[in-house]
Amino acid sequence: MLRDITIGQYYAADSVIHRLDPRTKLLATLAYLVSLFLFDFPGVYVLAAFFLALVVILSKVPFGYMVKGLKPVLFLLLFTVLMNMLFTKGEVLWSYWKITITKEGVMQAFYMAVRLILLILGSNVMTLTTTPTRLTNAIEAVMRPLKVIRVPVHEIAMMMSIALRFIPILLDETDKIMKAQQARGADFESGNFIQRARSMVPILVPLFISAFRRANDLAMAMEARCYHGGRGRTQMKPLRYALRDWLAYAVVLLYLAGMAVIGRRIFW
Amino acid sequence: MGIININKVTYEYIRRDEENNVEGITTAVDGVSLAVEPGEFIAILGHNGSGKSTLAKHINAILYPSEGSVVVDGMDTREDEKLLEIRQTAGMVFQNPDNQIIGQVVEEDVGFGPENMGVPTKEIWERVEESLKAVGMYEYRAFSPNKLSGGRKQRVSIASVIAMHPKCIILDEPTAMLDPQGRHEVIRAIRALNDVEKITMILITHYMEEVIYADRVFVMDRGKVAMSGTPKEIFSRVSELKELRLGVPQVTELAYELKRAGVPLPDGILSRKELTEALCRVFGK
Amino acid sequence: MKLIADHLVYEYNRGTNQVVRALDDVSFVIHSGELLGLIGHTGSGKSTLVQHLNALLKPDSGSIYYDGADVFEKTYDRKTLRARVGLVFQYPEHQLFEETVFQEVCFGPHNMGLAQEQVDELAYEAIRRVGLPEEIADQSPFDLSGGQKRRVAIASVLAMKPEILVLDEPTAGLDPRGRDELLSMIVELRRKEGISVVLVSHSMEDVAEYVDRIIVMDKGRIRYDDTPKAVFAQYRALEEMGLAAPQVTYILQDLKAAGIDVNAEGTTLREAKETILAAYARLRGSGK
Repeated sequence: MLRDITIGQYYAADSVIHRLDPRTKLLATLAYLVSLFLFDFPGVYVLAAFFLALVVILSKVPFGYMVKGLKPVLFLLLFTVLMNMLFTKGEVLWSYWKITITKEGVMQAFYMAVRLILLILGSNVMTLTTTPTRLTNAIEAVMRPLKVIRVPVHEIAMMMSIALRFIPILLDETDKIMKAQQARGADFESGNFIQRARSMVPILVPLFISAFRRANDLAMAMEARCYHGGRGRTQMKPLRYALRDWLAYAVVLLYLAGMAVIGRRIFW
Repeated sequence: MGIININKVTYEYIRRDEENNVEGITTAVDGVSLAVEPGEFIAILGHNGSGKSTLAKHINAILYPSEGSVVVDGMDTREDEKLLEIRQTAGMVFQNPDNQIIGQVVEEDVGFGPENMGVPTKEIWERVEESLKAVGMYEYRAFSPNKLSGGRKQRVSIASVIAMHPKCIILDEPTAMLDPQGRHEVIRAIRALNDVEKITMILITHYMEEVIYADRVFVMDRGKVAMSGTPKEIFSRVSELKELRLGVPQVTELAYELKRAGVPLPDGILSRKELTEALCRVFGK
Repeated sequence: MKLIADHLVYEYNRGTNQVVRALDDVSFVIHSGELLGLIGHTGSGKSTLVQHLNALLKPDSGSIYYDGADVFEKTYDRKTLRARVGLVFQYPEHQLFEETVFQEVCFGPHNMGLAQEQVDELAYEAIRRVGLPEEIADQSPFDLSGGQKRRVAIASVLAMKPEILVLDEPTAGLDPRGRDELLSMIVELRRKEGISVVLVSHSMEDVAEYVDRIIVMDKGRIRYDDTPKAVFAQYRALEEMGLAAPQVTYILQDLKAAGIDVNAEGTTLREAKETILAAYARLRGSGK
């Protein structure tokens, strides 16, 4: 059912990676993702995979759990591989009717697949080892310089954290409304596309009304508790770097240097 | 000077139809005056639509009177620069347990008010701990609010208000969506905070059983205060209460019926123990 | 009409390490025309149980038989079953979505595939049956008061002409008068039309006042299935399940314990009043 969907599935464990400051994890993950696309030589992926494997082991998250995160994007993965295989020009390996597969295409598809897998696993490590709240705090902290150009950083972070709080409630509510309409004979399964789209109305209208009511209530509750934006606000759980964070940054720099060395040696 | 002074407050709003034309004016609160002394436990009763919740929202400066004034601890709610201080002095707990918890973890929700007030980090933690302990929810501090029962969620909401160190708490139908056990938990927490911490409590409800512990009860109807007095005084007027779409606790009703049938019982019996004792006297046991 | 629940078992989170057995071997019968009360602590499995009655949930084992047919058979017409067993959820006004009350009430019969004239007729009838004025039909349901909205939601289920009406805490959030009016309406429906009613409630006083039979759920099991008097006589066991007897039952028990000659079986205000007045009359008669 709907309630089985979990967003930002946090895996509770006590590991070095869990204890890292969320800013460290956020920036390191970004650096890692960028590194996957900066260099084109196959050798770099060996290093990238090795680095990721090390982090996964340190995080104490079971590998099987990690791989589960790939399932929802399996389709995207296959699609990318297929597109690359079919539409890259070069030395023809195999051809039938209008379909041609080239050597470059196969290579390209392989790199793309490896990149995507590493990318997804890499970001999974972050979401699995960081609670949504801490992640939101990190995003707020990392984006803070943008305040200068009037980006409402605090508000964005607050919105994200409220969304995370209310997603499970609204999923539950959707489930309840669906059942209530089914009890009134509604049918969400049969019929053509248009009929099915129309059958969503009895779910969506009550759901929107409820969401607005909740938003209204919540705004009132926040104001009643003296919320007035980010100005003059203190933090209950401020972020503080520890020694391990600086070490982590050093390791990430080393990794990036390694990637650059391997990537460059071949190209220049 | 009481902690809360409501002086001849009227609240009107303009009803509009879909094209935004004025359809009429509704007077939700109509010339209500009441003063609350520090440390009192006040209950405001009324059927749905009697104006009790609208009145409550005035005390926390969510709504402003069309006429008259509301003064909280010496501050008129219309003074904009006092807004935060007013809201900190008179905290508010709402009806729906799901729609007022902001934090994703219990302790973070309790910390939300103090964070907004600019309390230093170390003190926030102290306040969170003492507030959660005051409502008996400390052991749940690391829970997600979604995993708690309705009664526990409301206790968290009360703790979240206490963490702001208010002098007064207004509870707007905090038990309306709870099961009997949840209601019991919440009322017990409210009474304890009133007894021990001497926090002034204003409880808005339509559950008659909940008001028997109050010092004074106000019954609202059509925006006005229709009855006021101690619970005993109020509950001795059973037929008037019924006319106001309210009932009385079953014990009180039984006593009232027996008395009407000629059994010599005192007025306004509120608890099971009182009724049993009074009847035992009648029967000479 | 007869509904039989036969050894129902239902578990949440199957296949994980957090299995919750919400229904544990639940069997009972709903007879034609009876008013059945279903009570239990929050989390006792009541809500899960009522969702089985119209096949919204499928049991892991066991089944439901409606008029002798197994409703979880592959070919069984469950859509029609949902019209026969009308389920009104908690806070049913939260499911309203149409522009007018009339359209809202038409939703159920329309889904059953009836002809428009028949749908119209059923809808008007249902609006009348829940005690709403006919003029309300063209108004938006969202402009009504809370109590009226709830009646519209109940009408939208009644319009499908159910033989069993299941109501999950129909009075939640209503004020005392609204609660009494709604319960009287339900009792009237059952008296006039002979439909069966299953009333899920947290109020022991209401259950004692209105129902013929009570089913008590605790931790997914049926603990009692008996008359209100017999069930509330077990008030100590009920307390252990987080429930209680009506207040008057406690008073009568107290009086009896104090040596006053009352019938302590009473569960309603009227019964308590009668037995105490009878005892009082005897006291006066004996000239004390």
